[in-house]
Amino acid sequence: MAYDKFTTLKSSAVPLPIENVDTDQIIPARFLKATERKGFGDNLFRDWRYNQDNTPKEDFVLNDSKYSGKILVGGKNFGSGSSREHAAWAVYDYGFRCVISSFFADIFRGNCLNVGVLPVQVSPAFLEKIFAEIEKDPKTAFEVDLKAQTVTILATGESESFDINAYKKDNMTNGFDDIDYLLNIKDRIQEFAKSTPL
Amino acid sequence: MSVKKTLFDKVWDSHVVHQIENGPDVLFIDRHMVHEVTSPVAFLGLKSRNIRVMHPEKTFATADHNTPTINQHLPVEDPLSANQLKMLEENANEYGISYWGLGHEKNGIVHVVGPEYGITQPGATIVCGDSHTSTHGAFGAIAFGIGTSEVEMVLATQCIMQPKPKSMRINITGELQYGVTPKDVALFIISQLSTSGATGYFVEYAGDVFKQMTMEGRMTVCNLSIEMGARGGMIAPDETTFHYVKGREFTPKGAAWDKAMDYWQTLYTDEGATFDKELTFDGSLIEPMITYGTNPGMGMGISKDIPNASSLSGGASSYKKSLQYMQFDEGDSMIGKPIDFVFLGSCTNGRIEDFRAFASIIKGRKKADNVTAWLVPGSHKVEDAIKEEGILDILTEAGFELREPGCSACLAMNDDKVPAGKLAVSTSNRNFEGRQGPGSRTLLASPLVAAAAAVTGKVTDPRTLMEETVATS
Ligand code: SF4
Repeated sequence: MAYDKFTTLKSSAVPLPIENVDTDQIIPARFLKATERKGFGDNLFRDWRYNQDNTPKEDFVLNDSKYSGKILVGGKNFGSGSSREHAAWAVYDYGFRCVISSFFADIFRGNCLNVGVLPVQVSPAFLEKIFAEIEKDPKTAFEVDLKAQTVTILATGESESFDINAYKKDNMTNGFDDIDYLLNIKDRIQEFAKSTPL
Repeated sequence: MSVKKTLFDKVWDSHVVHQIENGPDVLFIDRHMVHEVTSPVAFLGLKSRNIRVMHPEKTFATADHNTPTINQHLPVEDPLSANQLKMLEENANEYGISYWGLGHEKNGIVHVVGPEYGITQPGATIVCGDSHTSTHGAFGAIAFGIGTSEVEMVLATQCIMQPKPKSMRINITGELQYGVTPKDVALFIISQLSTSGATGYFVEYAGDVFKQMTMEGRMTVCNLSIEMGARGGMIAPDETTFHYVKGREFTPKGAAWDKAMDYWQTLYTDEGATFDKELTFDGSLIEPMITYGTNPGMGMGISKDIPNASSLSGGASSYKKSLQYMQFDEGDSMIGKPIDFVFLGSCTNGRIEDFRAFASIIKGRKKADNVTAWLVPGSHKVEDAIKEEGILDILTEAGFELREPGCSACLAMNDDKVPAGKLAVSTSNRNFEGRQGPGSRTLLASPLVAAAAAVTGKVTDPRTLMEETVATS
């Protein structure tokens, strides 16, 4: 699925300093009934964001106009739980292009990379600094530079580098997906298939 | 000297089509299981690229996630669910994929029917757009959950792109105590490792406890691998495995069987092979387990008290938030807490052995009046066995009803939702906030603990009821 290329992103961030944010919170199962990839952002964090009568919960960060931006900053072990790519779609569709945390669950991280959301893993200490900066000034800006693999707190100039494999980095900067790659080596795959025992 | 390999290495390496430098491996997939919820967008992708499914004969579709568990012979009422089911059927037909829809004799939860019909085999690579695909690792397969982009990828190319995970071995030695089930073993491991303790790893389970375990039990354990963050878990195939697999509809027959066995018998970790991480626990110290929080790592022996936040290494505010959601206090005992719902089912504990365990406790007792119980077999095959073995009579006698197969209250996409604030003892796999319905509160436990709660109306140590049974019979 095509997504916007990612090179650098300069933006303020939305803080969610909670650990183990699971995919059922990101997008509850009852919103997985769509047959198209549309509109998932409306239900991002649905049950933390809205009361049962659909009125917004005032104290949830997405309902607080102080905070905005294309970066979501979450606590440790972000995205644990189910394989639903809908969670990454919801994050993207809401308008986030990057999630920063000190630790990501595997499948969620992979799903993000496949749909154009950049997962940026930083050290616990740097994560604390980011949260502290946002608390000081909700509009404070960060720069995520995919080419240099760095994230910078612009107000202080403090910066940390993050990991991403070269292949995925290439995909994200060009907006390519894995299927394009695999279709290019289709003959090899078909040759391989002939020799598999099962 | 030859290179010492782990079981995982053997299966993974033999499926690598291509290695990308500084990138993922291209891994060939032997079996792809598909269900209605995570596939529609993948099929749309195929259409927009104008390509076909590369290996429909390696692809199997079943309807399970949003299906009702009563009146399955009637049209599905919820229009959104009905639409997803219709799309799956249409896509399966269009692309020549076998489809076991609602009402089909082979219908059931994807991870229950795969093994039942022999689609799941040792040494295979198996994927599905559901994180509990790790279940199939019980057979010595590499099995893991994938996202929808990856579902499309496998449909289109029968391959997936994944960096090779690190390896971990978890040994459980000794013998389990009476009343301790495979579910307890898994919840125990997760409570020790936390929900992120195995992130980035693929786990092999080894040791006496797993050697003695049935295939059903091994599936329960491997199923829960994902709850400690692992990509998947696997157990080396042995006589128990081969005996289970033999003669099933999709398993090889005749000469093909012998050839498969030649391969399968090479599937074990070589002596001296090393793991990135190795852990050992004494199985005899494990108690029946129960969770008290909002992730599967927040579990403890049923006789213990809820830990104090101050005793944890960190994350106190998230911990407190979790207890607040559950309406529990630090230091509370779980025993005696009144409950409202019991759910027996899911791909974790919806197999025949789980119903046998449940029945062993409720036999000769009555369902507590304050409890609503949903007993949902994992498949029609399980449902048939429940009837044939006389378990249905025991259930009925005790005031329970049996529902029709599906995922049901495991993720509450159908009508089986636990109402807000209500407390459920569930044999499923996730106790996340709202997992079983908005505002629902979930205690994860074994079928024995679920049965004890169902007849007493509160959290009860099943061993107390088991002793009674022994004493009076
Ligand atoms: S029972 Fe639950 S975990 Fe298993 S396949 Fe269904 S939804 Fe997924």
